[in-house]
Amino acid sequence: MDWKQKIKNIFFLGIKELRTLGRDGVLLGTVVYVFSLGLYFTATAGSDGITHAVIAVVDEDHSQLSNRIKDAFLPPMFHLMPEISLAEVDPGMDEGAYTFVLVIPHDFEKDVLAGKSPVLQLNVDATRMSQAFTGSGYIQQIIQREIAGFINRAPEENKQLVSIIQRNRFNPNLSETWFKAVMDIVSNITLLAIILTGSALLRERERGTLEHLLVMPVTPFEIMASKLWSMALVVLLAAAFSVSVMLREVLQIPVEGSLALFLAGVLLHLFAAASLGMVLATVAQSMPQIGILLILILLPMQILSGGTTPQESMPEGIRILMQFAPTTHFVQFSQAILFRGAGLSAVWLAFLKLFLLGCGLFFIAWKRFQRSAT
Amino acid sequence: MEKEKNFRQNNPAVTIKDVCHFYRKQMALDHISMAIPTGLQTGLIGPDGVGKSTLLSLITGARKIQNGSIEVLHGNIADAAFRREVCPRIAYMPQGLGKNLYFTLTVEENLQFFARLFGNSKEERRRRIDDLTRSTGLYPFLDRPAGKLSGGMKQKLGLCCALIHDPDLLVLDEPTTGVDPLARRQFWDLINRIRSDHPLLTVIVATAYMDEAQHFDHLFAMDDGRVLAEGSPAELMKKTGTTVLDEAFIQLLPESKKAGHRTITVPPLPPPDGSPPAIQAEGLTKKFGSFTAVDHVDFQIQQGEIFGFLGSNGCGKTTTMRMLTGLLPPTSGQSFLFGEKMTGLDIQARRKLGYMTQSFSLYDELTLRQNLQLCARLCMMEERQIPERVREVLHFFHLEEVADTYPESLPMGIRQRLSLAAAVIHRPRILILDEPTSGVDPVARDNFWELLIALSRQDKVTIFITTHFMNEALRCDRISLMHAGRSLACGTAPELIRAQKANTLEEAFIRYLEKAAPDEAIPEKDHADTPPAPPPNGKRKPFSFMRWYSCFLRENLELLRDPIRLVLAVFGALILLLVIGYGANMDVDDLSFAVLDRDRSAESSNYINNLAGSRYFIEQKPIRDYFDLDRRMRDGKVNMVLEFPPGFGKKLQRGESPAISVWLDGAMPSRARTIQGYITGMHSTWLREKQQENPAASPRPPADVEIRYRYNPDIQSLPAMVPAEIPILLMVIPAILAALSVVREKELGSITNLYVTPLTRTEFLLGKQIPYLLFAFASSLLLLLEAYWLFDITVKGSLAALLTAMGLYCICSTGLGLLFSSLTKSQIAVLFLAIIGTIIPTVQFCGLTQPVQSLTGAGKFIGTIYPASPMLIICRGVLNKSLTFAQLHTPFLELILMAAVIVVLGILLQKKQAS
Repeated sequence: MDWKQKIKNIFFLGIKELRTLGRDGVLLGTVVYVFSLGLYFTATAGSDGITHAVIAVVDEDHSQLSNRIKDAFLPPMFHLMPEISLAEVDPGMDEGAYTFVLVIPHDFEKDVLAGKSPVLQLNVDATRMSQAFTGSGYIQQIIQREIAGFINRAPEENKQLVSIIQRNRFNPNLSETWFKAVMDIVSNITLLAIILTGSALLRERERGTLEHLLVMPVTPFEIMASKLWSMALVVLLAAAFSVSVMLREVLQIPVEGSLALFLAGVLLHLFAAASLGMVLATVAQSMPQIGILLILILLPMQILSGGTTPQESMPEGIRILMQFAPTTHFVQFSQAILFRGAGLSAVWLAFLKLFLLGCGLFFIAWKRFQRSAT
Repeated sequence: MEKEKNFRQNNPAVTIKDVCHFYRKQMALDHISMAIPTGLQTGLIGPDGVGKSTLLSLITGARKIQNGSIEVLHGNIADAAFRREVCPRIAYMPQGLGKNLYFTLTVEENLQFFARLFGNSKEERRRRIDDLTRSTGLYPFLDRPAGKLSGGMKQKLGLCCALIHDPDLLVLDEPTTGVDPLARRQFWDLINRIRSDHPLLTVIVATAYMDEAQHFDHLFAMDDGRVLAEGSPAELMKKTGTTVLDEAFIQLLPESKKAGHRTITVPPLPPPDGSPPAIQAEGLTKKFGSFTAVDHVDFQIQQGEIFGFLGSNGCGKTTTMRMLTGLLPPTSGQSFLFGEKMTGLDIQARRKLGYMTQSFSLYDELTLRQNLQLCARLCMMEERQIPERVREVLHFFHLEEVADTYPESLPMGIRQRLSLAAAVIHRPRILILDEPTSGVDPVARDNFWELLIALSRQDKVTIFITTHFMNEALRCDRISLMHAGRSLACGTAPELIRAQKANTLEEAFIRYLEKAAPDEAIPEKDHADTPPAPPPNGKRKPFSFMRWYSCFLRENLELLRDPIRLVLAVFGALILLLVIGYGANMDVDDLSFAVLDRDRSAESSNYINNLAGSRYFIEQKPIRDYFDLDRRMRDGKVNMVLEFPPGFGKKLQRGESPAISVWLDGAMPSRARTIQGYITGMHSTWLREKQQENPAASPRPPADVEIRYRYNPDIQSLPAMVPAEIPILLMVIPAILAALSVVREKELGSITNLYVTPLTRTEFLLGKQIPYLLFAFASSLLLLLEAYWLFDITVKGSLAALLTAMGLYCICSTGLGLLFSSLTKSQIAVLFLAIIGTIIPTVQFCGLTQPVQSLTGAGKFIGTIYPASPMLIICRGVLNKSLTFAQLHTPFLELILMAAVIVVLGILLQKKQAS
């Protein structure tokens, strides 16, 4: 059969997909929400870093120094709660009302001035991992700084043997908004590509329309390819919008790298993710089944992709396994391009891996689909 | 007699006054007024799409009335309170092949479900089910899943479901569409029997079969949303001066509609010209497991022949057709199209085929015109011919007016015509049509046959057709009679009639069947000794345990029928806990760093060795210059670079306090911050060591800060992460399952049961929710066990508190799923919505990584009202902090409140009527 007809079939079946999508108001609405408002909420809600960390102080000293320390816990990094008593510490921490509770003992100021080196107690809710560790470091620094300022030691005396000058590349203030916004886009793209393609394929079978298609001179390959391009187009547009409008204009994030290179990568990722969705559609027999399968595959793929915690610290086995997940490479090149402004030379390997993964997945889906179609 | 008639006329069962109905801008009913007499069988006849189904759905209260009023059984059906009360007295069977059935459930379970909805006792249910299934021939199939029944058998089951209680008003929308003649006869016998037991039963039927309408008491002929004529069949025939109702019906139609209609004649088939047969089947056999659907069927059909395929429902007609089209590989035997063997992947052969499936298989999301264009294109028509051809076909099937509407809003007859149009659009050489005229009105049917005959005789198109209409079968060149997978007889109609010494084809057909299977064909008529049924539970309770239980049981059965879903759902959560618990480690190590040492002194290497020796850092090859630094950081090869300035060692010795530059990759802020923490710690250790070498330089600090890491003294990831994961897993999967369970019914059509049975929204939704709630709770227990065995996380606090919270939380998660389900009727949309609506809030806004108090903006608001937040506090409280109810008042109260709000909102937002 001539391939001109093949392309025509793929084109028109894709147009059909777009029309179907266009008729589903709730679905479209959710897609738009996810890439605009939802993105905005996630990006601006706060961060893993120390912002609005809830701290309470038990001040038994009520001295000038203790007040000075209290006043140093400023927003946005800290959220200082009204003063509490020693008895309120445990219930408050149990309920999770405070992440940090600082206890300033009696005669603290006096002891400091007398050079007795008194001890402050800092209680940390260590179940809140992300804040507990870094937060207590900051708090220590703040306390030492304030005490030093109070006793008016000359800066030379406080001078360290060697000092450290920290320079953060690509994100000078280590802003979580930047990071979260980009990672949110990344995970939305994956989610959408898998769900839309997978369920669009499954729906044809559930509604009985597949049977009609297969009696016409249409091959399974064409059906799959048509879903691929139409869904990729929709998601690509959404991605382009959210990077160029939401990231750059609304959230004011200075995206470094080339948008075109990023979108080229997104396209490869869409190919792989959508193919994965189609593999799932050939495994599942009904929409509820594909729903659970999606979660089973999606959640680990997103969480272990390196987008939430760095892959370096994961067990070896998981790291190898995750090489077969498109999200790993996607996250890798997204961070490289959008944050570090990396060029093709830095991401070509991720691109290649994604392409190979996509080909493999598409092939599996194609074989399975062909078998189930006849 | 006259008195009785008067009584009936004066006490109509249904009074319709001035009712209008619009679909968007299209008028479906145009100021209709009618009175339907009590205790009679009333028929609505008329072409497709004139508003019959709309009228019926308004009468039963399934659809909201827009204009006018309808009184049903002496009450206003628009009144919700009355509707609730009268609902058990009405039985409604909507149109479409088994649309209101549950396909994974068996025939028996489907019937039990409906019987329970009407509050019948156990014995009563048994009696009724046996009675109904015996009289419709479904009795041998009680254990078969409804989805595996043939189209006609589904229709019969739908009927049984409608008749399972004793209604006062029975509303049937094209009940016998696609049902074979024998079963049709049995069906009407059954209705008559019920009527004789129940003299006041009013039956309203919309039908396309005029031979059925002939036996009705009263008829309304409808067209274009209006009533054309009313009266008994005899009166109508008298009025139009005809002797057959079929003709009377055509006479009643306005001129424009009957234009060109004439009696159909079939020119004789020319003798075979020696070319290979168009279709040939040799020993075609298909087995599904132990069940033989088609058993060694042979036939040869010559080019241009119209070959009719007749048979009872479920005898293997559709399976045979599917094998001929290549959709289904035969178990044994083979088929040929134009002498070439048919295989599944033969594209060229498919080009010559036009196939119409029994149930609608075009796209609801495309307009009629778009559907036809798509088919034409896929069938490789030339692009420039398509517009003309589409116009031609639309015109021929009288679809021009609705060309730009969507099929989902159209009546079955018109959808059938569209399917036909799609099958012929590319001028195929062979047409395979599976009950193409079921549910199509007589005029359209005759038009369609004219086309078929023209195609066959002029263009030599071969036509393979199944039908239940005997007058259509008579028009076929040859007929094959099928039963139970075998071909009983094959020949021309007169030959078959002669062979059975019958008068009509229908008679011959029935005799063949009775001979083939004497037990099945004769319905048992031993109803004389069954006691009259007690009246249905008259008082209608706002919440019926029985109805709820029926829903609950059905949902459970559906879940159990799908073990894959169940296993995936339970083990899925366990696997996820494992993977995420191990994988999403917050402890960061094996960080790569490199050094730009522009000093190369003993001091700088001492510092570097200190760093490289730790478990957190792995040293990469040194950086050459700033360009190299930039490149390697951009490529993500190094996370951190230490830069020692020239003269670092000397300055250090002189006490000049030199500075080391630390370059961090900020692309991932959390990692950068962790590195920062590590480096600060190691730097101060290094400083202390240096100071110990030289104690004079180290003053005592003015104060110390003692840090107590509570609840997780070793600050490990696992004890903090696992309790936090439980709320995520218990939210996402149950919500998705619950949401899909409702939307699935909307998409596949069985939601009608909510609209037309006494089932209330509360019963329906709680019946849905509780199975998923139980499942979710069971999986939460498994999660706890897993956390204990694999991660060594014990319940330090009160187990009772944790279990209570889990129960409440599962109510929230399943309830949220039901809430999502009220927003859409598309499964894809609800799946996406449920994933977005659960994962994002639970992961981002509910305290997993950051306490809700630390959030800002909309995120904080969502975190405050989302049930995962209190659940996380309780989980961590009990698992990490050894708490009991006493310390957890606030989160418990929040959780209870949220559960109540979610469930009530879910019920209120679900619709009880179609709009």
